[in-house]
Amino acid sequence: MNGPMTMRIRLGTSLTTLLLALVFLVLPAVVAARAEVKIQEVKSEKGITAWLVEDYSVPIIAVRFAFEGGSSQDPDGKEGLANLMTGLFDEGAGDLDSEAFQSRLDDAGAEMGFSESNDDLGGSMRMLSDQQDEAFELLRLAVESPRFDQAPIDRIRSQIVAGIVANARDPETEASRKWAEAIYGTHPYARPDQGTEKSLATITADDLRAFHKAVFARDQLKIAVVGAIDAESLKKRLDQVFGNLPEKAQIRKVEPVEPKLGQTLQVEYPLPQTSLQLVYPGVPRDAPDFLAAALMEQILGGGSFSSRLFDEVREKRGLAYSVTSMLINQEHSSSLVISTATRSDRAAETLAVVRDVVRKMAEEGPTAAELEAAKKYMLGAYAINNLDSSGAIASTLVNIQTDDLGIDYIQRRVDLIGAVTLDEVKAVARKLLSAEPAVMILGPKMDGGKG
Amino acid sequence: MGLELIRAKGLPQALLALAFGLIGAGALHAAPSDGTVSSFNLENGMQVVVIPDHRAPIVTHMVWYKVGSADQPPGKSGIAHFFEHLMFKGTAEHKAGEFSQKVAEIGGSENAFTTYDYTAYHQTVAPGALETMMSFEADRMRNLVLTDAVIGPERDVILEERRSRIENNPGALLNEEVDATLFQNEPYRIPVIGWMNEIEKLNRVDATAFYDRYYAPNNAILVVAGDVEPDRVRELAQKTYGKVARGPDLPPRSRPEEPEQNTKRTVEMTDARVSVPSFSKSWVVPSYQTAKPGEAEALDLLSEILGGGSRSRLYQQLVVKQGIASSAGAFFEGTMVDDTSFAVYGAPRGEAGLQQVEDAVDVEIRRIIKDGVTADELEKAKNRFVRSMIFARDNQASMANIYGSTLATGGTVADVEQWPDKIRAVTAEEIKAVAAKYLNPDRSVAGYLLPAKSDGE
Repeated sequence: MNGPMTMRIRLGTSLTTLLLALVFLVLPAVVAARAEVKIQEVKSEKGITAWLVEDYSVPIIAVRFAFEGGSSQDPDGKEGLANLMTGLFDEGAGDLDSEAFQSRLDDAGAEMGFSESNDDLGGSMRMLSDQQDEAFELLRLAVESPRFDQAPIDRIRSQIVAGIVANARDPETEASRKWAEAIYGTHPYARPDQGTEKSLATITADDLRAFHKAVFARDQLKIAVVGAIDAESLKKRLDQVFGNLPEKAQIRKVEPVEPKLGQTLQVEYPLPQTSLQLVYPGVPRDAPDFLAAALMEQILGGGSFSSRLFDEVREKRGLAYSVTSMLINQEHSSSLVISTATRSDRAAETLAVVRDVVRKMAEEGPTAAELEAAKKYMLGAYAINNLDSSGAIASTLVNIQTDDLGIDYIQRRVDLIGAVTLDEVKAVARKLLSAEPAVMILGPKMDGGKG
Repeated sequence: MGLELIRAKGLPQALLALAFGLIGAGALHAAPSDGTVSSFNLENGMQVVVIPDHRAPIVTHMVWYKVGSADQPPGKSGIAHFFEHLMFKGTAEHKAGEFSQKVAEIGGSENAFTTYDYTAYHQTVAPGALETMMSFEADRMRNLVLTDAVIGPERDVILEERRSRIENNPGALLNEEVDATLFQNEPYRIPVIGWMNEIEKLNRVDATAFYDRYYAPNNAILVVAGDVEPDRVRELAQKTYGKVARGPDLPPRSRPEEPEQNTKRTVEMTDARVSVPSFSKSWVVPSYQTAKPGEAEALDLLSEILGGGSRSRLYQQLVVKQGIASSAGAFFEGTMVDDTSFAVYGAPRGEAGLQQVEDAVDVEIRRIIKDGVTADELEKAKNRFVRSMIFARDNQASMANIYGSTLATGGTVADVEQWPDKIRAVTAEEIKAVAAKYLNPDRSVAGYLLPAKSDGE
């Protein structure tokens, strides 16, 4: 879940890049560390379940939760509703208006945040354990009775609109929009989850209240808590925060969608660099060959210094700074995406190299040695990539619940990966990579079209 | 494309969205989560810091070199960062890619980064692999084999990195030129990644000279955070880094200093990719290393109160109350060797124009200069800083970064440990004083990012 493409901040981002210092990395991504979690399943009196990892070494508590039903639940014509809503939970709740709420949150020393993806709407809170009474009370108010006052609605909406307008001439934004439509057609996944100036203008406080009532329910709620709290105390907190929500959510059914492949979309723009994206079929999270696909993808272009794409595109030829592949798993669609950005005058060459690497993987699959190395990597990296702080552990545990993998998944995963055979990986490579991909090219007109 | 590491405090929304990227934060100093932080030197002059944290069987291993882009020779901009990439090529002992393969094999993570003042290399692995990491890292400290064959393609990679980060982003382009205008003499005027025309000419001779001058144990700091004891780190460090010969003594890092600033300057950029204008205003101010006692702490708190997040004056006034800005804030980067910058920024929303936003920002600055800050907002800002240290303890890599960046810019372990008390000691009067002293509109640089004019704005 959590489509990796959907992370965003609600305030304008252009100034962030304008003003804050960059640190220059050798690789365009960073991951960090930590491992071994003892997970307890905690069930409150009112029947609300959460996964808990108790840890008292730092006096903080991290809470994550997700309700099924993200921006794909936005009513037609009101695109951007879920995203707008995520900006309003700390803008007044219960008897507290925006100013009063934020002031108390600050005094409580807690950090609260909400976000949405296509498939769910999630929240997080990080608090100091000695101020948990106030922090949980504020979380209860935000979850149970957000006010949706007109003034904050107008302000947050205008900030989002300002962001949309600010990006109106940004070629990457323009290209992603066209790209989403080309890939997903009329499916909700094709819609901009921030909405448009027009759709945002139609959203009222009543729309927000209706959405909140429909989605914030107990039946599709996943919760994880990590830190300085025991199971008995947590039970009371669960009832305090979530106990008064309605029993059942009213979610509109979203149909599955296959990405439309076998097409080339060229967005011409006089940029110094051409970005390339190739979309291949993916594998659903619950498919039996998911881990085989993940291992194959790791060998092809996973985020390390030793993938085939990294080696051929960057290391041997210096064609790009970043070249990666990624399995994208959303609730109703899956795909394998390769992305890179390359010198415009060598874009055709880069595309040809990428396609050649893919073809070879499709035809021959990985070697036994590559598979062995990828398995070791995926076993060791899980803790480092997913469990490096209380918040990261909590969000991993929410994801495991959403994907329905079971409370023992972190242990079970070791055997599941160990059991994947070379033939299975070859088969999945053939299955996914023999397809004619969708190719997006953003940059100056490229010779050679499809490469 | 790629993850931008932001040195931020406040900005809670931004931090959330960035998830758990490593933060080399100026303000996020913190105390150890368990046990004490130890620091000692090896005989060859390499400093070692150990931050025990036994919550999980994982260890973060970092080597920080006290060299960054501000130490480069004239005409060789980008060499510090280029060299950082070259450290991933082979040595006499280990062929190119072998170290990375070793890290990948055990599911570890690794990377490196370069800033104005330091360059760091790091891996996060299971404690059992620490010795292997140290042995590879010690090996490449002196035994790198640099040939034209590895340098050519890697230079092309850097050029693509520059295009990707800078040329593709009008805001980043403007930012480079604002810095080049703000700093009239200090090397912070030159971008870390280097100017395109100079990167193109970097070669093996430049790289080798840079390596030989700066990469030595007596110019490096080892920081190990995580599930390991100081004695064990000492033993392993002696076995690995301890075998590397001390390099020639380096002279103090005295770089060209800023002259007195006497003018108000404006840098303006129009670009077809821009739809909404934005502005920033920057001043040269002291860093933790160059400030008189208490001034850097006061500047940190000033930036927090003025524009550190959604409780700040700029946000409350411009975004919430007046409704004229989509964003507004302030920014101070204090963990630097030389005088650094303090900046404010904003972008209009709705009917408001850029000038209106800038005027409103100026009003808030003048208000602090004239009336200072209230006891209540000062107390709250201090609380935010102090709790950020507690939150930082939740991630061993954050702790390693806090110690590493402080030490690599000339600070000490004690500086990190005393920072909360020094923050607590700042008075409202001191904040008013630094605002009046440094935020002089007639000594500032304004940067404007504007839409292309052809659209008749």
